[in-house]
Amino acid sequence: MSVEEQTESGAATDVRPPSPPPMTVVESVVIRFCGDSGDGMQLTGTEFTRASALALNDLATLPDYPAEIRAPAGTLAGVSGYQINFGSQEVYTPGDQPDVLVAMNPAALKMNLPDLISGGILIVNTGAFTVKNLELAGYPSNPLEDGSLEKYRLVKIDISKLVGLALEGSSLGTKDAGRCKNFWALGLMFWMYQRETERELRSIQEKFGKKPELADANIRAFKAGYSYGENTELFGQTFHVRPAKIEPGLYRNVTGNSATAMGIVCAGQLAELPVFFGGYPITPASDILHELSTYLHYGVTTFQAEDEIAGVGSAIGASYSGSLGVTATSGPGISLKQEAIGLAVMLELPLLIINVQRGGPSTGLPTKTEQADLFQALYGRHGECPVPVLAAMTPSDCFFTVLEAVRVAIKYMTPVFVLTDGYLANGSEPWKVPDVSSLPKFPTSFRTDPAGFQVYDRDPESLARAWVRPGTAGLEHRIGGIEKHNLTGNISYDPDNHHQMVKTRAAKVAGVAREAGELIACGPPEGDLLVVGWGSTYGAITQAVQTMQREGHKVSSVHLRWLNPLNPRLGPYLKGFRRILVPEMNNGQLVRILRAEFLVDAEGLNKIQGKPFKVSELCQAIAERAPRGSK
Amino acid sequence: MSTTENAPLVKPALSRKDFVSNQEPRWCPGCGDYAILAQVQKVMPEFGIPREKFVFVSGIGCSSRFPYYMNTYGFHTIHGRAPTIATGIRLSRPDLTVWVATGDGDALAIGGNHLIHALRRNIGLKIILFNNRIYGLTKGQPSPTSELGKKTKSTPSGLADHPFSTLSVVIGAEGTFIARSIDTELAHMQQMLKRVGEHQGTALLEVYQNCPVFNDDAFIHITDKSTKADRILYLEHGKPLLFGKNKDKGIRITKSFSPEVVEVGEGEGKVPLSEIAVHDETVENPAYAFMLSRMEWPEYPVPLGVLRNVTRPTYEALVHAQKEKMVATRGKGDISKLLRSGETWVIESEN
Repeated sequence: MSVEEQTESGAATDVRPPSPPPMTVVESVVIRFCGDSGDGMQLTGTEFTRASALALNDLATLPDYPAEIRAPAGTLAGVSGYQINFGSQEVYTPGDQPDVLVAMNPAALKMNLPDLISGGILIVNTGAFTVKNLELAGYPSNPLEDGSLEKYRLVKIDISKLVGLALEGSSLGTKDAGRCKNFWALGLMFWMYQRETERELRSIQEKFGKKPELADANIRAFKAGYSYGENTELFGQTFHVRPAKIEPGLYRNVTGNSATAMGIVCAGQLAELPVFFGGYPITPASDILHELSTYLHYGVTTFQAEDEIAGVGSAIGASYSGSLGVTATSGPGISLKQEAIGLAVMLELPLLIINVQRGGPSTGLPTKTEQADLFQALYGRHGECPVPVLAAMTPSDCFFTVLEAVRVAIKYMTPVFVLTDGYLANGSEPWKVPDVSSLPKFPTSFRTDPAGFQVYDRDPESLARAWVRPGTAGLEHRIGGIEKHNLTGNISYDPDNHHQMVKTRAAKVAGVAREAGELIACGPPEGDLLVVGWGSTYGAITQAVQTMQREGHKVSSVHLRWLNPLNPRLGPYLKGFRRILVPEMNNGQLVRILRAEFLVDAEGLNKIQGKPFKVSELCQAIAERAPRGSK
Repeated sequence: MSTTENAPLVKPALSRKDFVSNQEPRWCPGCGDYAILAQVQKVMPEFGIPREKFVFVSGIGCSSRFPYYMNTYGFHTIHGRAPTIATGIRLSRPDLTVWVATGDGDALAIGGNHLIHALRRNIGLKIILFNNRIYGLTKGQPSPTSELGKKTKSTPSGLADHPFSTLSVVIGAEGTFIARSIDTELAHMQQMLKRVGEHQGTALLEVYQNCPVFNDDAFIHITDKSTKADRILYLEHGKPLLFGKNKDKGIRITKSFSPEVVEVGEGEGKVPLSEIAVHDETVENPAYAFMLSRMEWPEYPVPLGVLRNVTRPTYEALVHAQKEKMVATRGKGDISKLLRSGETWVIESEN
């Protein structure tokens, strides 16, 4: 926790008796809540996030939950965590390392302690440090007693017992009462960061309104946690993170998957098309299907198919029939869908394909993040089969990336990939809600005129063929996956025609480059080092590059929204730098593309741990390649 | 008044020719597919549906070339996946009449998963399954309906895997309309196609179809004119299960719920008509239809006709009712409100 200013004693007006603790102003804080997957850590995290947003802090969050739905209680496999970074300056990432770790049991401590900064605050529920739980976590001795935690500010609290006391006389059974521990911890954090409690109490009421005794118990636990901090003067101080300078407007929190789902609905409305979503459950993409299933009144049809292939097949059928066909999945699902995506390329129909990337290959790391499906999107189909590919940079950017992808899919009559990943999907950030009326519409026009109709006649600029809805009299025609004559669409095995059609499909997708717009750059257009990134590394790269620029390094960054076709401004831009570094959460994919496309000596920086880059890792890599004061 | 205003309000009725496309069929000479195409084109005008409202969807295989020859909307997809694409079409556009042309390899091997789920959902697809018990387009490998022991290019030592009956599978998959015909019985096929076209929900018609090149005479046991009367059991709703040139043979159901072939009539060794099972295609319990689907020559005559025809709400009707309900309870969605849903906060210009 970086201390911004000197301690201000009693500066806040809402501090209650008995004695106002001194308050330390800090610029930003990273807190991680962790416990057993049954301990309700995700809820604790999201509640604290909302309170921080309402306190006008900028913030970013990242949940980290186990692959098992209910791993045995107390085991390492069952540990669930939620990290939030909130600050008074711009916050780009959920933070490298927690300043504060709240560990509800030994397994959570074991899994998360290595990340806690030296000297960080470690709050531990001693009530869960039983012989059995220590054994399950693989601790040979009790770390709370063997001196191994000396380098942290260890705060030992028997939360289990204190919750029990707070709920004395409550009608809840012991088991249910034990489940209120997370609200006790939340209460304590509210005190530590002097969060406004009224809204939280209302929120608990609303959330548990159907079970009044549970609402009451959680409120009692929350208040008890808050009072504990106040009465014991835990650290002799509380902390204050001042409001960030944030652009005025209406804000909400949004996860990447939620932004994606809302983007799909919005794109349908801007295109004036009904939306058809065909999908199959898969981590970490399922939430898109869940959320869209509640939006039927927006003209959305959702279809949970029998498999991934049927998901995309139904979406293609819907696109053929005049809807916006959409499918969303993760890498394994894309593998299954690729043949059908090739069909959509051949048919030249709009289709939105979302890949929420996760660790691979095969089942890989389903709940962890990775960027290893770029080649799959670009090259993963048989034959010459180009499709436009975009990648979202932040959770809220998923919304705008989807809008852009749909606009291009319709204008160019082509399937379009949007790559997000597990980190964006589940991570959240405050989002300034856009004014819908300011978003440019792109209404769809279907061909209805039979005069001179040729199925594969093209618009001379976009090279798109006309979209014809079945049911239109006089335009009955047949299309399919077999190569077709370049005008009539009839089956053609003519060698020259195939050559021409392959070239035409490629030219059409290459022409999408005219949509790319300005480069997303940070820093001057020349220097020692250019960091080139794509997708969810945007936050970490931007924060690292800005930090290093302030420290005098000649480093800039460019972030690619378009992976295919590449932004035409990229090639000339690369020439302004002595070295090029390409950080990716894969074994080096974009770096190979840059080397192949531009004959530059781009170097990869690869992290394949199922986790996002830390800002510090990037800063170090930048420092090594662009020393301060170099010419 | 312009001439358009004087035009008749009702379009002239369509004829077979209106459904013939400009593409020359490219099946082998003598292929059973020609007969099926001709019957479909003949039956189409009878539905009174405008031509542009028909979509023919197919997968891959000889039979899947079908859409190219129909002058309607047509979609030749990829191997096995026709039901998925047809599902997307029908679900997003219930105003369209969606037919699927598929084969025994396309529908039962690579596309088996999609076929069974379309049937269980009861989505309005009209599926014609051309069963020639062979892979024709890839030039002669066994399909899931090929006989055990069959020697083919990929099974020179004889086919070791046990076949299944198309109709047993689709009855097991909760199909609501299940029928069978054969490419040599043109009038019967027309009748069946008409029934398929009229059914609400997934309708499946299996057509036994001869492949003269790779599996010639696969159905000769029921097509040979001199013997077919004794080997085909025509199913007619409300009529007893009788067959034979003189309708003197019938099916009696034993106490162990097995079909038994008996001589019908008075006298020794014969069974009175009253003991012969009466065909009821509407029986809710699928056991009876399943029993029929198991009947194979030479133990039994081969049933042709409608085995099962029951009513169940269609998938698309249920889905659209849910949509309408959500609109009724929540109002038509307003995207601006959606984006502002959940917890929001306002940052004032001074902060």
